[in-house]
Amino acid sequence: MTDELFKQMAQSIIDGDADAATQLAEQAIQGGLDPLEAITKGFVVGVNFVGQQFAEGEAFLPELVMAGEAMKAAVKTLEPEMMKRGAEREVLGKVVLATVEGDIHEIGKSLVGTMLTAAGFEVFDLGVDASPHKIIAKAIEVNADIIAMSALLTTTMVKQREVIDDLEKEGLRSRFKVMVGGAPITRDWVSRISADGYSEDAIGAVNIAKQLVAAG
Amino acid sequence: MSKNIKSITNPKLQLKVLTPEDVRKIHDATLQIIEKVGVRFPSQRALEVWAENGAEIDRDRMIVRARPELIEQALDSCPPFYTLAARNPQQDLPLDGNHVYAGTDGCGVEVIDIHTGVKRTSELQDVRDIARIADATEEVAFHWVPVSAQDKPHQTRGLHEIRAIWGNSTKHVQTESVYSEHEARAAIEMASLIAGGKDQLRKRPVLSLMQCTASPLGHDGGSLDAALLAAEAGIPTGFMTMAACLTTGPATMAGNLAVGNAEVIAATAMLQLAHPGAPVFYAAAQTASDLRNGAYTGGGPEDFLFGAATNVLADYYNIPLSMGSFATGAKEPNWQAGLENSLSTFMASLVMSDMLLGLGFLHGSRIWSFAEMMLDAEIFSIVHKMMQGIPVNAETLALEAIAAVGPGGNFLSQKHTRAHMRDLFLPQFMDRRPYTEWESKKDDARDWALTKARKLLAEHQPDPLDAALDAELERIIAAEEKALV
Repeated sequence: MTDELFKQMAQSIIDGDADAATQLAEQAIQGGLDPLEAITKGFVVGVNFVGQQFAEGEAFLPELVMAGEAMKAAVKTLEPEMMKRGAEREVLGKVVLATVEGDIHEIGKSLVGTMLTAAGFEVFDLGVDASPHKIIAKAIEVNADIIAMSALLTTTMVKQREVIDDLEKEGLRSRFKVMVGGAPITRDWVSRISADGYSEDAIGAVNIAKQLVAAG
Repeated sequence: MSKNIKSITNPKLQLKVLTPEDVRKIHDATLQIIEKVGVRFPSQRALEVWAENGAEIDRDRMIVRARPELIEQALDSCPPFYTLAARNPQQDLPLDGNHVYAGTDGCGVEVIDIHTGVKRTSELQDVRDIARIADATEEVAFHWVPVSAQDKPHQTRGLHEIRAIWGNSTKHVQTESVYSEHEARAAIEMASLIAGGKDQLRKRPVLSLMQCTASPLGHDGGSLDAALLAAEAGIPTGFMTMAACLTTGPATMAGNLAVGNAEVIAATAMLQLAHPGAPVFYAAAQTASDLRNGAYTGGGPEDFLFGAATNVLADYYNIPLSMGSFATGAKEPNWQAGLENSLSTFMASLVMSDMLLGLGFLHGSRIWSFAEMMLDAEIFSIVHKMMQGIPVNAETLALEAIAAVGPGGNFLSQKHTRAHMRDLFLPQFMDRRPYTEWESKKDDARDWALTKARKLLAEHQPDPLDAALDAELERIIAAEEKALV
């Protein structure tokens, strides 16, 4: 019976069906199932399948995003039960994510957030127009591993440098890995502001984040 | 492997390249050329046909002058619609004016070897390999003989070539490489065997013949004899003009169209006079010679305009068109190749030319490139997609999804997106990767296209020709070779 439930959970992710994923998560809680097991044996199997299909060119970006959204919904439903049990989901790392101050372009940033969540990171998305102060304060509050910042304009990407400079000033630079992204971001810019990594797309961002946490 | 053939149909785009008055003027000029200047028909059989029908004949120069009424009356018996048959009936091609089909181009003399990348003289094995890949490529609807089998005797080369294609593909074969009476006779016999008899061949022509004119205002004797035999057997036959502004035609485009039209129309009328109702098609690949060196260009704005204008003429005469598009003059798959092959194919498709020639060549239809073949297939797919236009209805206006997303956010996780994402064109060979990924590999469309061609050649197994049937084809060719010794 439980195996059948796990299969349905994986399928809800493959279908990108957030409503079904939520319902199955609730069913798991009511049935007294270990929420961690529901994630690792059920939902994550679906995420991995879609990721594999995507890598092979069989699945497309909307399917990947929908799977990510469904995964997010399932985890959100299971979280209170995990807290109750004192169980903590093993995450790859904590990421504070934002579009920098003065910039309201967030589709790329949100995609990165969805991909990181689906890959097993805990993401704190501060949305758009986030000030350096707000970003750093959040990183300290949640004890983040990575600060990830996006900018679409050459006029706002300077805020990425400002965050890094502020981290230096406050003696916090070594505590966080910093990754940046956005259309105007080049390798040259990354080295000029001494960021730790960058990617041109959301799929690459997940690999960079994994490398950064592995490097500790 | 899919048996599907991708063709352009129910077009949503239109182009007006010639007004009805323009067409009337070109037609009148054409008739005047045929009546006053004449067209050269160096074939006794063709001259007999004209003589029997009261045309004025200069026997010494083999020039025929015919009154407009004779030409117009003869053209009346051209069948407007017919079907090019394939070994696999699912792959039959109705020439009904509502389909654009692409074929492989021909007939080249060199090949960029698929394995070594070295340019060399073409051989029979290349014909087999190209046919096999074309069989597996849905953008290819029919074959021309792509390259010349120069390792075979020149008198029977055309027969070896069509046998090689039939042996490696179930799609229709249109040969441009059978242009003598004896070869045509043998080719018709071979086609009869494939179709299951002479009557069957008439119903299901698995072969069609394309003959080149000899611009300006001339024909080749062997071509005329071959065409007459084919028309008699019910095999669709067309004459292709390649009149080029500056050299084999006037510098002006209208004049060039009139010269080419006179060649094609006069020969088509001759076939109808000999065999009324025989399936015929118009064929053309006009261009402009290069102003500096007189070279055949295989592209350029005049070329693209001819590509669109000629189907308007063919429509005026109510016969299908086999039109030269693609066939870049570029020396490798590059900017020029992409530009020329896209524009020529787009222009010829906008007016719904029935057949497009064709995929695979560089250097003005001389050097076969497997990479170019695959790239041309993608160009056809892009044009195919564009010709579908923009469907506008309640579902495509997506109001529910727009309301669900609202200002901000994105459409990636909408059910509507999932339902329609496959409506979007998914290219095989366009580089849309991150810059860093390109930087680390420095590969491009040409590499991927070649890889795809190699994969198709290695993996695709076409439906084989019945062994006994193939032995019969071989016997016909051998008998032909023996008779010639």
